[in-house]
Amino acid sequence: MLTGLTLTQAREGLAARKFSARELAKAHLDAIARLNPKLNAYITVIPEADVLAAADAADARYAAGTARPMEGLPVGVKDLFCTKGVKTTAASKILANFVPPYESTVTARLLDAGSVFVGKTNLDEFAMGSANITSAFGSVLNPWQRKGEETVALVPGGSSGGSAAAVAAGLALAATGTDTGGSIRQPAAFCGIVGLKPTYGRCSRWGTIAYASSLDQAGPMTRTVADAGLMLEAMAGFDEKDSTCSNRPVPAFAQAVGKSVKGLRVGIPAEYRAPGLSPEISAMWEQGIAWLREAGCEIVDVSLPHTKYGLATYYIIAPAECSSNLARYDGIRFGERKDAATLDGVYELTRAEGFGEEVRNRILMGTYVLSAGYYDAYYLKAQKVRTLIKRDFVQAFEQVDVLLTPTAPSAAFAQGENMADPVQMYLNDIFTVPASMAGVPALSVPVGLDAKGLPLGLQIIGRHFDEETVLSVGGALEAAAGFAHTPTLHAEAGA
Amino acid sequence: MSYLIEGKTGTWEIVVGLEVHAQIISQSKLFSGASTKFGGEPNSQVSLVDAAFPGMLPVINRECVAQAVRTGLGLNARINLQSRFDRKNYFYADLPQGYQISQFEHPIVGEGSIEIELANGETRQIGITRLHMEQDAGKLLHDQDPTRSFVDLNRSGVALMEIVSEPDIRAPEEAGAYLRKLRQILRYLGTCDGNMDEGSMRADVNVSVRKAGEPFRTRCEIKNVNSIRFVMQAIEAEAARQVEIWENGGEVDQETRLFDPSRGETRTMRSKEDAHDYRYFPDPDLLPLVIEQAWVDGLKAELPELPDAKRARFQADYGVPFYDAGVLVAEQSVADFFETVAKGRDGKLAVTWVTGDLFAALNRTSRTIENSPVSADSLGKMLDLIADGTINGKIAKEVFEDMVETGESPDAIVEKKGLRQVTDTGVIDSAIDAIMAKHADKVAEYRSGKDKLFGFFVGQVMKETKGKANPALVNEALKGKLDA
Repeated sequence: MLTGLTLTQAREGLAARKFSARELAKAHLDAIARLNPKLNAYITVIPEADVLAAADAADARYAAGTARPMEGLPVGVKDLFCTKGVKTTAASKILANFVPPYESTVTARLLDAGSVFVGKTNLDEFAMGSANITSAFGSVLNPWQRKGEETVALVPGGSSGGSAAAVAAGLALAATGTDTGGSIRQPAAFCGIVGLKPTYGRCSRWGTIAYASSLDQAGPMTRTVADAGLMLEAMAGFDEKDSTCSNRPVPAFAQAVGKSVKGLRVGIPAEYRAPGLSPEISAMWEQGIAWLREAGCEIVDVSLPHTKYGLATYYIIAPAECSSNLARYDGIRFGERKDAATLDGVYELTRAEGFGEEVRNRILMGTYVLSAGYYDAYYLKAQKVRTLIKRDFVQAFEQVDVLLTPTAPSAAFAQGENMADPVQMYLNDIFTVPASMAGVPALSVPVGLDAKGLPLGLQIIGRHFDEETVLSVGGALEAAAGFAHTPTLHAEAGA
Repeated sequence: MSYLIEGKTGTWEIVVGLEVHAQIISQSKLFSGASTKFGGEPNSQVSLVDAAFPGMLPVINRECVAQAVRTGLGLNARINLQSRFDRKNYFYADLPQGYQISQFEHPIVGEGSIEIELANGETRQIGITRLHMEQDAGKLLHDQDPTRSFVDLNRSGVALMEIVSEPDIRAPEEAGAYLRKLRQILRYLGTCDGNMDEGSMRADVNVSVRKAGEPFRTRCEIKNVNSIRFVMQAIEAEAARQVEIWENGGEVDQETRLFDPSRGETRTMRSKEDAHDYRYFPDPDLLPLVIEQAWVDGLKAELPELPDAKRARFQADYGVPFYDAGVLVAEQSVADFFETVAKGRDGKLAVTWVTGDLFAALNRTSRTIENSPVSADSLGKMLDLIADGTINGKIAKEVFEDMVETGESPDAIVEKKGLRQVTDTGVIDSAIDAIMAKHADKVAEYRSGKDKLFGFFVGQVMKETKGKANPALVNEALKGKLDA
């Protein structure tokens, strides 16, 4: 039972001494031992002795009455956050044995709030992917299965696929994710959990391995909207070590959930009714609109005219930044090195062997779009379009308080599907990328199952730094949908 | 001053522009808290940011920005209230990030100018195109092991200013004068120590040649020249090479070259085909750098007096001749020394002593003004003793030499050695009487019209009084007695 709790329930249970943090931690380590060989959600599991020591410390705090907001709660950490003394790989061979001597700001804050880390979750290599199939440590399996097609292995989405699978299957009460173009929201939707990408600048990027610096943002992946608020409170806040981190105060996010949404204006962007959108997704969207209308929201049709350029723009800017961000992985100071006769030879061999195909593709694309003679046509133009996309959102938010859209154009697909053509894979991010480009907060909430029994998510997008309204509306949607399904592969599924 | 090359096909003019990399004086690096001290153990001053560990982020050092602004103000240049950092991407072992953070498109300082002075006294304005901030790279050590190279990242991330001149320079001498003047300004401002031998100031030299009235021809860039003398030599060598190529019907290739001082020639480092494509783009880890006009004004108000202004003031306030004023302000420490000596005293006398006896003494004792054996206060006191008649100029020389040797105060030396000037007319009179008695023949000659002997009598009297007699009193008394 302990692995099926929400953060809030577990916090209450611990405070009431119904169970100990040690029992809670042990239940999760047991679940990981049982299910991780199948799911491959974790790259690294923290040694039991260390986890239990942290849990014991939490129990002592509960006994002393000094428990903190996340005290004793077992959390998974995406293996993109540097963790002091704990191997941090970015799911790449090039960092296969990298043990950082420092703790990222976000994970340091979670530890300061009392969290007990149980492991480092799998992801697409350097967070580049939408199916968690590019990890050097193997693909992650989605714990959900299609009805009648139980043998078909489904992807958990990506890049935070390990985090999503772990939370969905009961291998952590919650997990951290990072979102660059949808990497929290899309896997959350595919795995039937809640995922929040905060406003760009809400969480410090210090100590998080960079993919695309102007887009990367850490966020919580949880079982409920309230949990997302609770966990974001612990993660967020100003950090002088990140020049792009906002110094705005961190509100009590969890309190936003449950607030009435009556009178809020919810925008439905016309451009998201993309051709080829599955009828089931379309129907679920309509259902979401109906729920919010019933909750007292006013539904307003809006237009985000530059939406159609979102994906193309993203696939110029993100690779451009990644081509430069990943230059530091040269085998000289840390990470894996392949020796060669010349310095250039060391670079070539180290990087050719250290990076997987998708990472190499994006580095090449990024290098190309920044090259002399192409910069203006690609990178500069993409930056201009990005400004227009951002303006679309700002203008829409003059009329409405939030936007409601599907999170992804489909439910979880099978490993092997969408693989032949990278562009097909990139289309997964079509609904999530625009909010990333604009830097606005966006939340994916599980709202129902499709005909094959797979979870579907809806996305709520809000104004810059207005996560509170996003969480309020997300809470209303969650309450109306009453999503209580669990996947086939689950710690408590009578294994 | 024209520097022209006579070729087979006519007269060639040289066109030179300089890009100077000046290390900013600051406690810590441009984007990290690591120390910038010179000469530390290899890799002892390296933060995780400097070593480009995963997830590390740059944070701009405010003091470095202030230093760049001060320098811009010192170069009479436009300060850009909004500037930006870009990434210059290339792979090399001394560049941990795989890119250098630099202000490519929007530098913090725009156009300015420097006035240079040439040996013949002419002055010229050399335009400054821009000044921008950037990170320095680390250092490769190739001589530690027969097969391997080592990397020292102490310098990695240290703040540099790149100061780019217009192609206004027309002679090697002008390049030298420009670099000396720039270094002087930087030192006055305290924004760069200008020590070329420690690498804290280096120059990239752009050279082309052309015939009178022509547009610019292809230029070559000579990288990383580390002394003013080598810059001048490199320009001469490179200009001669280019003239020869053009005159033999060839074509000068745009390329990057290195100067080899031992052979006195430049050679190819990188041809245009091998030129890097640096893929500049705005660094997404940093926000645009926005500064307030009020902050700039505050920095401006606190700027020290710069050499040109000081020179003019020394001329006006102390009556120092133009040339001497230039010598005095060449280094701030000399100017400060002089001003301590001259303040409230005879400026002309002060400059004579400072540039004459003091400089000679420094030279002789291999000292610099900073550890001068005679302090400015002592020298000033000595001038006071001259002014109040305690000693005369001749005795002062003796006192000064004693000061150099012993470091004692001039008063003490005068007392100890009994050098106080004799102003007792009785003593002077009796000395004159004795001399006139001793040289009665000369007295007769003088009185019969041989006026020139007056000097002889003065000398004898001074000798009799061991040089201490007040020369004016001696003159007066002698005249009275001889002409009586």
